[in-house]
Amino acid sequence: MALCHEPSHEIGVVSLDCPDRTFPSVARTHPPALRLEATVRDLFGLQAEGTPEPRPWLDHGRWGVSHPLGATPGPAQTRAYAFLPVEGESLHEIPVGPVHAGIIEPGHFRFTANGETVVRLEERLGYVHKGIEGLMAGAEIGHAARLAGRVSGDSTVAYALAFARAVEAALQIEAPPRAAWLRALMAELERLANHFGDIGAICNDAAFALMHIHCGVLRERVLRAADLCFGHRLMRDVVMPGGVGRDLASEGIAALRALIVEIRRRFPALVELYDNTASLQDRTVATGVLKPDLARQYACGGYVGRASAQAFDARRACAYSPYDQLRFDVPVLDAGDVNARVWIRIREVEQSLSLVQQILDRLPAGNIAGELAAATGTTREGAALVEGFRGDILVWLRLGGDGRIERCHLRDPSWFQWPLLEAAVEGNIVADFPLCNKSFNCSYSGHDL
Amino acid sequence: MRKIIFESLVHGPLTEPSPGADPAALAEVGAAFARVARRRFGRSLAIREVDAGSCNGCELEIHALNNAFYDIERFGLRFVASPRHADVLLVTGPVTKNMREALERTYNATPDPKWVVAVGDCAVDGGLFAGGYACVGGVSSVVPVDLHIRGCPPRPIDLIRGLLALVEPGEAH
Repeated sequence: MALCHEPSHEIGVVSLDCPDRTFPSVARTHPPALRLEATVRDLFGLQAEGTPEPRPWLDHGRWGVSHPLGATPGPAQTRAYAFLPVEGESLHEIPVGPVHAGIIEPGHFRFTANGETVVRLEERLGYVHKGIEGLMAGAEIGHAARLAGRVSGDSTVAYALAFARAVEAALQIEAPPRAAWLRALMAELERLANHFGDIGAICNDAAFALMHIHCGVLRERVLRAADLCFGHRLMRDVVMPGGVGRDLASEGIAALRALIVEIRRRFPALVELYDNTASLQDRTVATGVLKPDLARQYACGGYVGRASAQAFDARRACAYSPYDQLRFDVPVLDAGDVNARVWIRIREVEQSLSLVQQILDRLPAGNIAGELAAATGTTREGAALVEGFRGDILVWLRLGGDGRIERCHLRDPSWFQWPLLEAAVEGNIVADFPLCNKSFNCSYSGHDL
Repeated sequence: MRKIIFESLVHGPLTEPSPGADPAALAEVGAAFARVARRRFGRSLAIREVDAGSCNGCELEIHALNNAFYDIERFGLRFVASPRHADVLLVTGPVTKNMREALERTYNATPDPKWVVAVGDCAVDGGLFAGGYACVGGVSSVVPVDLHIRGCPPRPIDLIRGLLALVEPGEAH
């Protein structure tokens, strides 16, 4: 279990041997651990003693095996999944998914509504569980890095970066300075592309297509520049343990400078359009409010947390290179509604543009990858926390003496955002759910692993 | 808002010329498909996208097909919200065991005649996720597949080149 001491941002990892296959439940006193504990039970067969959640989470009874990562996997157990009981006269249930109407990931939402008002949303996830941690075990570092880059497609750079930094921490090495700066460049381009996509998509869910189209154009321009610079539109498999796999050529630098100019020319008019369209504001302001206390209890990161008064940003708190040498603000708002989550993204776009410019101006020369001698003959552990566009991504891993992965855990920021979506939706009308959901934009794949 | 709309009118569309159909995709779907599809649907196909376990990378690029640069609707291809309205299922992912039934039910809910396009390297054979306890591995092991579009994820232009094989048989323009 990884813990972060809030004032100092010091991070510790606590390990506990479980010889009798049990451990004391954390969720009993700290609800954010609930789904994680259920996942530990599903995957490893370790029981959280005293947990208030008896139901399985990722295990839908379809793997043909139970506790697939445990010491002794057992036969599959098929149990009916009981949604929380709802009682009351004028209530009705709306089941949605796992296949949704849009081009999005699968998951099941069970709404209980009183007329138009949602009185409870219960999420049922795990549909895209691919067994990534099982595939990681025993994998060579290069292969594991490619798997890490496919945990959540929209955060491929951030995941590859978190994995690489965890490996480097275990081996006590550092990527060359130029590689660290190029990694940050890619991470900021990824943030820009996703934020443009989200800002447009949120407005689209309020039937305001104009913003969607223009934000889509900006997103496409970022992806094309990324393709030109790094050979892949999503910059997949470029960040690797030890450095990066591809250097930035001068034509790439020129393309990125042109990109910044283009975005700075186009984006302010879109921000003004968002801010001055009353019919759009009517949908986003005071919709899907996440209270700051709840965000704090869940240590909720990313734009969801920062729109609800949580200032945590791993780039600032952990100050990994090169962010310790760059100037940027971490925007924070306290309204906690859809509108605030849009505005955090808008402000972060502005910050990312500045960061890209600073990186281009000061990009150090030198190697882009160092020597990676993973087979050290000893077992080593490493962890890293990096800021993806959605929030802080934690990777912890243990390397065997032969340099292969023994165990690797990749924790998506969505673990502490999905439960809060249930809370934020309560009391809103059903028709506002897409808007709330898109403003959270939690990852299904990153959560389901 | 008026300024943005006016500027768009003055500057003209960003939409790029058609890349034409991919010859390999044309070969895979075959002439028989072309005859049936054109007779039944003319040049219009309704597509239902199904994420059967992808990392979401393929979905991002499928989304891009609707942006101003690719504007896939000009080819008569449009995305619909229900399999009941669909002629084509666009399926991504290594098909997780937890999604297998949902994919089968979506396929069964799609009226005949229907075609399945498997998108992305995972959808071909499970990709990097093949061999684990949690994935079936490859869309064709669950429902019959008529066309594969490879890539991790495929670029939007590759998606268009593949999908055009469904509506523009033998023509490249």
